[in-house]
Amino acid sequence: MADRIPLSKAPERWIRKKYLPHIWCPGCGLGTVLRQLVEQFEKLGWNNDEVVVVTGIGCTGRASGYVNAQTIHTIHGRALPTATGIKMARPDMHVVSLLGDGDGVGIGGNHFIHAAKRNIGITAIVVNNRIYGMTGGQASPTTPTGTKSSTTPYGNLEPSMDISKLAFGAGATFVARAHTANPVYLGQVIRRALEHDGFAVVEVLSQCPTYFGRYTGMPDPVEMVKWFQENTFMAKSPYDEQEDKIPVGVFRDDKNFRELSKAYRALWEE
Amino acid sequence: MSKILMGDIACALAAVDAGLKFYAGYPITPSSEIAEALSELLPKHKGIYLQMEDEIGSIMAAIGASYAGYPSMTATSGPGFSLMQEAIGYAAMAEIPVTIIDVMRAGPATGLATQIGEGDLMQAIWGTHGDHPVLVFSPGNVREFYIYTQKALFWAEKLRVPAVVLADEVIGHMKENVELPEPIKIPERRIPDVKPEQYLPYAAVDGDVVPLPPLGSGYLWHMTGSAHGEDGFPTIRPDRVKALLDRLISKTVKHHNELVEYEAYMLDDAEVLVVSFASMGRVSKGVVKELRDRGVKVGLLTPLTMWPFFAPELRAVVDKLNPKKIVVPEINYGQLRILVEWALRGTSVPVIGVNLVNGDLIPPEMIEEAILHG
Repeated sequence: MADRIPLSKAPERWIRKKYLPHIWCPGCGLGTVLRQLVEQFEKLGWNNDEVVVVTGIGCTGRASGYVNAQTIHTIHGRALPTATGIKMARPDMHVVSLLGDGDGVGIGGNHFIHAAKRNIGITAIVVNNRIYGMTGGQASPTTPTGTKSSTTPYGNLEPSMDISKLAFGAGATFVARAHTANPVYLGQVIRRALEHDGFAVVEVLSQCPTYFGRYTGMPDPVEMVKWFQENTFMAKSPYDEQEDKIPVGVFRDDKNFRELSKAYRALWEE
Repeated sequence: MSKILMGDIACALAAVDAGLKFYAGYPITPSSEIAEALSELLPKHKGIYLQMEDEIGSIMAAIGASYAGYPSMTATSGPGFSLMQEAIGYAAMAEIPVTIIDVMRAGPATGLATQIGEGDLMQAIWGTHGDHPVLVFSPGNVREFYIYTQKALFWAEKLRVPAVVLADEVIGHMKENVELPEPIKIPERRIPDVKPEQYLPYAAVDGDVVPLPPLGSGYLWHMTGSAHGEDGFPTIRPDRVKALLDRLISKTVKHHNELVEYEAYMLDDAEVLVVSFASMGRVSKGVVKELRDRGVKVGLLTPLTMWPFFAPELRAVVDKLNPKKIVVPEINYGQLRILVEWALRGTSVPVIGVNLVNGDLIPPEMIEEAILHG
């Protein structure tokens, strides 16, 4: 049994209570991520109408509906270009995009690379549960090699995609990885990402006990969360290595690049 | 003031003159000149040009900017238009105004990248999955490309629907001396009449859409492409889903008379009726004029609004003239002809297609042959 972390009550003005209960399965990591996100909004003292939350399709895609802000549920994989249009039109808005692994780096992978390359001021939180949950447990781009899923009954033959390395390589000016086993740290990282003026990626390792857990023999969410604790290490780079563990930490926080919507305003003045 | 303008440039000027504030696109022949012109013009008008990674990203960025209060459009050709289809359905469902310029080239697939085709008509009307409202305009010359780009932007904003302008390679690349009309301005958004707590983004007032509130004004609504209730939150309740889709479909039907435009040419006493659109409409006009000079009783109808289709108007003309036949020249294998036949279902007037897809305009002789001996 993992240690229980005492938590304060989630800030109510950021949650649309009338749309609860949410659709996520018991033990899902998305609640932890969402709660940390809205807690940072509260700590930053933002107004609800200064925040735009843009999501795509999938379990993570449904997160926007529960946030009391200006929220958009787009089509599969296209949250980032939508968010890009919004940020370019309204640089004064805090634009946050919640993506799943399939939505963010599968179908939306090209947009992810280019949003990073553009350094558009969007906070992209990629909730990586390493499986397609909403559609019933099919292999995703981040499903580990050898892992069984509903579409890899003999084990996944493909190498898995490393979201943080992808973001790093594509030029995202803020890149971090955290996990749901340490919500306090996750919140701190999300907050730094929200404050970053540029394209910020937070990859969150999150548990899907219903599907990923079922296929990997870890149907108990506590066990999965524990797995994150035991199989990660604090690192400075997504390329750092320590046994077979996964590096976690803020890998890049670079303030030397101009955010795109601001660069465009400067062009107007010239 | 008259100017010598290329069609694609006229389209870009039209958009800026109408009040366009955002363009996102991906280079593709024969529409790239629109992007090039707007990359220069928009920053001078406090607007934004953004080159995206693909056409899906382009239309979604346009939808995002439109949601955020910037009148938006994108431009492309067949292959890119195919990629945009899912997003067109999203704009229809989420009711976000967006205009798509499709400068048609010959398909399918890469087809003839630099040569004319008119094969995107069905795709423009029916391309995305599910029944949905969409507006489709089709200019036949450079001046009309200017006018219908503005009409598309206007109506997209007014009805909160996606609007498509179907030009073609000849119209896009042709240079003409044109007298530009007074611009049609994109309607300004107004603040909703109700307070944020009472705002229902998908509730119709007298059957019409409610205003989209500016970001940062306290309206915290939810937008989705899933079936939703009036509050924008997803629902699977049959009554609410039906109400939503009924209302979406009714938007263009309700405004049929304001939306539908067509040109009638030399219809008096016509025994043969030609129906043709885009560049072939113009070629057909030349043929009709020449045959009239020779005493042949032939007239022409050129739809400028392709959807909603001018079915009742066409039907009325046919009922009045009772022509011996209808000739439909088009650079595809009969997409307009299907619509004409559907509009005239139950009548016995033969509808003859003149179809050729080889990269060129259909030669006038082929049309003449069909009128005289088809």
